[in-house]
Amino acid sequence: MSSDVMAIQSADAAGRSWTEVLHEWVTTVDHKRLGVLYILYALFFLVVGGIEATIIRIQLMHPHNDFVSPQVFNRMFTMHGTTMIFFVAMPIMFGFANYLVPLMIGARDMAFPRLNAFSFWLMAFGGILLYFSLLGANGLYGAGNAPDVGWWAYAPLTSRAFSPGHSTDYWTIALLVSGFGSIGTAVNIIATILCMRCPGMTLGRMPLLAWLNLIMAGMVILAMSPLTAAQVMLSIDRYLGGHFFDTQAGGSATLWMHFFWIFGHPEVYVLVIPAFAFASEIIPVFSRKPIFGYPVMVGATACIGFVSMSVWAHHMFTIGMNSYANSFFAITTMAVGVPTGIKIFNWLGTMWGGKIQFKTPMLFCTGFLFQFLIAGLTGIMLGAAPFNWQLSGSYFVVAHFHYVIVGGILFALFGAIYYWYPKITGRILNESLGKLHFWLFLIGFHLTFDVMHIPGVLGMPRRIYTYEPGRGWDTMNFLVSIGAFVQGIATLVFVANLIISYFKGAKAGNDPWDAWTLEWSVSSPPPAYNFASVPTVASRRPLWDLKHPEDPDSRYE
Amino acid sequence: MSAIASPLPKTPVAWKLPHRGKIGMASLIFAESAIFTIFVVAYLFYVGKSLTGPTPREVLETPIFYTICLLSSSLTIHFAGKFLERGRRGAFLSLWLLTIVLGGLFMYGTGQEWHRLIYEHGLTISTNLFGTTYYSLVGLHAFHVTAGLVMLSIVLLFGLANRVGTEQSARVEVLSLYWHFVDAVWVIVFTVVYVLGR
Amino acid sequence: MTNKRKTEWKAVAARVTGILVILTGVLLAARLCVASPPGDHPIPSIFDPRSTPAESIRHLSYFVLGITGVIFLVVFSLLSYVVMRFRNRVADSNREPAQVYGSTQIELAWTIIPILIVVVLFLATARVIHAIQDAPKPEEAVEVTAIGHQFWWEFRYPRLGIVTANELHVPVSDPAHPTPTFLKLLSADTDHSFWIPQLAGKTDLIPNHPNGTWLDPHETGLFLGQCAQYCGTQHAKMLLRVYVDSPEDFNAWVRGQQDPANRDEKEAAGRHVFESTACLNCHAITGTNGTGRFGPDLTHLMSRHTLASGAAENTHDNLRLWIQNPDAIKPGSLMPAMKLSDADLGALVRYLETLR
Repeated sequence: MSSDVMAIQSADAAGRSWTEVLHEWVTTVDHKRLGVLYILYALFFLVVGGIEATIIRIQLMHPHNDFVSPQVFNRMFTMHGTTMIFFVAMPIMFGFANYLVPLMIGARDMAFPRLNAFSFWLMAFGGILLYFSLLGANGLYGAGNAPDVGWWAYAPLTSRAFSPGHSTDYWTIALLVSGFGSIGTAVNIIATILCMRCPGMTLGRMPLLAWLNLIMAGMVILAMSPLTAAQVMLSIDRYLGGHFFDTQAGGSATLWMHFFWIFGHPEVYVLVIPAFAFASEIIPVFSRKPIFGYPVMVGATACIGFVSMSVWAHHMFTIGMNSYANSFFAITTMAVGVPTGIKIFNWLGTMWGGKIQFKTPMLFCTGFLFQFLIAGLTGIMLGAAPFNWQLSGSYFVVAHFHYVIVGGILFALFGAIYYWYPKITGRILNESLGKLHFWLFLIGFHLTFDVMHIPGVLGMPRRIYTYEPGRGWDTMNFLVSIGAFVQGIATLVFVANLIISYFKGAKAGNDPWDAWTLEWSVSSPPPAYNFASVPTVASRRPLWDLKHPEDPDSRYE
Repeated sequence: MSAIASPLPKTPVAWKLPHRGKIGMASLIFAESAIFTIFVVAYLFYVGKSLTGPTPREVLETPIFYTICLLSSSLTIHFAGKFLERGRRGAFLSLWLLTIVLGGLFMYGTGQEWHRLIYEHGLTISTNLFGTTYYSLVGLHAFHVTAGLVMLSIVLLFGLANRVGTEQSARVEVLSLYWHFVDAVWVIVFTVVYVLGR
Repeated sequence: MTNKRKTEWKAVAARVTGILVILTGVLLAARLCVASPPGDHPIPSIFDPRSTPAESIRHLSYFVLGITGVIFLVVFSLLSYVVMRFRNRVADSNREPAQVYGSTQIELAWTIIPILIVVVLFLATARVIHAIQDAPKPEEAVEVTAIGHQFWWEFRYPRLGIVTANELHVPVSDPAHPTPTFLKLLSADTDHSFWIPQLAGKTDLIPNHPNGTWLDPHETGLFLGQCAQYCGTQHAKMLLRVYVDSPEDFNAWVRGQQDPANRDEKEAAGRHVFESTACLNCHAITGTNGTGRFGPDLTHLMSRHTLASGAAENTHDNLRLWIQNPDAIKPGSLMPAMKLSDADLGALVRYLETLR
């Protein structure tokens, strides 16, 4: 059956010109194609953001270095942060959600395919608009160039007085536009999951990936909007003479901080919850056991979703809130560590008693577990407000959040790419190159981000284009930069693997990993319609039930 | 294999999931509520903090009549939907048109108020904190009313061309959910601006 | 060795290497934190405090680090055990292991214990928050108003009638009779943050939002810090120098600062340059027409060891360079290149060098 499907598709492909193929991709509303577009877009910007990081690290290798001017450096860290969050991490998570959710719930597409396409193109346009700022003519300081106000764009630095020209507006409008795209995708994910599950798939039988993406989408709905609102207010200040954040007119700079972080903190959970989803699908398959404690995994994640909306001012411990406010945010921050820790234990419980196969996806997920543990613990440390008074705005915080985003999220993402690449392309990624990628990246990651905690502890603030020698920061920064280069090389190995395996990789077949969720029941790649007939399920692991009719999950759930 | 084979039971009970239009609109309403909440918070935060210029007490007049117009339009759209479900297209169209008229009246009232504020009292968005927050919040709401009126008018046109029937009542209901949301937001904005903020 | 064994040992090796890297780093840092000789504090480490707020924070940090360290060791041991013990062996790879779906007791245990840990951590934290933030200001406290500018620090001592810039002098505080320094933190433009790691946690300077902080250094000497909230192009060079003086030295410094500007008639030409060019729009020197507040007060410029908020040492050549071409020292700072003739520049610099 699947070979017929493949034959039909390749027969189609043979007779088409590149313009027809391009037209198909640009006008597609198919969730799988849009998912691939999102992922490719994000991987491209991953490389761009990585180049920005490399420039930063070269500049910081030595004190008083002059690889780039302070103006360029400030644009680099602003663009690096903005790109990585909004044009790498968000799109890639949306891409995977788009690709996998309908397949995993037995649906033929997302609830609103045209809205899906519209949301993608909005997000894509936002990224292009942001980078168009680099082409803006050089003029007065700040005029027509990349934004240099930091990715949080604190007021009043962003007011017309301190940021003349249009660079801040590129930041504002690019994110406003892509923000609408994000809300559109989130609406789509929610409607798809709630309204298009195949018969028998109650909410309690959905794969965890679907649950976690549902929670993520709910958080996007609630958290993206404060940023949108704040950006509208900023634009009103900059262009209509408004005073929302105009401290000279009685406005409040801290109001921007509150609005931004009410978005900013849930945003990082929006990024990490899909990473949890990947781990929750990959770890069971490679441990050959079901996820330990499915209901608690769902409950804990929902808990994280709620509590994370109440922790935002832990980014603002130093702004002079009173001791009661600081105490409140300290306890909510520590509290959100409880459900997060529970999840780590559940993953360990899944691996316990299993028969773990350390193929590349599992290597990356194991790295994710180890690094996310450490990242979470440094987060708890930073939640202790007085400790935060020392280390906020220092390289300790930079190390902490890169530990989460690179050591946690990116590792889980790499695992997901190695796991689902066969389904998307029909070929398996080369295992030796995969292992090389893993080990190189692991070494580079730890060299950079373990060491990076130290300059923070020794008083090095963040967002500085150079530093004074003799404060104990010199050697540490040098080592951090070396680690960055190693990660760069590892990424090149990864990109090479993606390309080589696309043409020469081993054919995957439907189910190369002997997995249990619905996407592995269709061909690789799946046909455009996903399922010839809409499946019916009776448990959380429909393929397990089929492969083990003597001992189906449906008997135990 | 590309399909699940036999051992799994066929659908044992009727499989009924919510209507995706309603869920989609509900999600959108949540997102919009979050945006409005931020503007309301900014408004309340800045009450009494303007350094200069006209204060709410000095210049605001409570728009009772236009509020009644807008809130009754929720009733009319509700009944319009009910008539459509029962296939009474004429009644549906009349009430739908009335909804649009009432919404239009509300917009006229807003325009009139803004004209008075700008030309008689010199209050603009850049005058002071009150001006900034007032025009932003009321303006954001008015923008949503306008978007709603555009969509309602499109449906009216389709209705007049005899293309709206009982089969479309689910979609019409999704649109009226939006309109109810716009009205509910006005209740909040009204309370915050004309009651609490003074 | 089979491939599977190799993978297992590699996995363990990676973990161990990671731990060793972290430990080495910590030890390295600790070595750097070991008390330097008095008077000389080049390494602004948060683990080398010399003032009560910083000491309370270090104390809390050890407690938090202890708890999180134990959690890390426990979970890491579990992870290592799992990775080694339960990896797939070739021999019995055909049978699936027992399919365990969960365990209510275990899950309850690993929910309750973290909650208890959080409660303990929070109580310790709240106590320190209150102790530092709500500390009462004693009568003998020195009061300083710090105003953040792009990209320099203005320090005023309202009760002593002193205005200076970038280099803060405070008296050492004897724990028996404390003489802490309480700072009011304001900003003239964007957000800044006052951070001297060895003396206190950082507190932001936000326009239209006055903040406060305090410190009571127990040791004399120079302590380093810098602005810790991105404030624009030259955020990196908005450096801080805090001189903790003995009571006699502090009083001597205060008297020096309270004196009017040195009026040496030999350098009247230079003073004339100052008073007749744009200098006095931004800078103040008591006894002249210069009352500008946009830039630092220059009345006692020579009492400072650095220029441009720590960006350069206060030497003759640097002073000349700073006036003639500030971008060579701090590109993007708000000091304009004054474009003076050589003669004027020379006279001006000689005049400024009399302002002790």
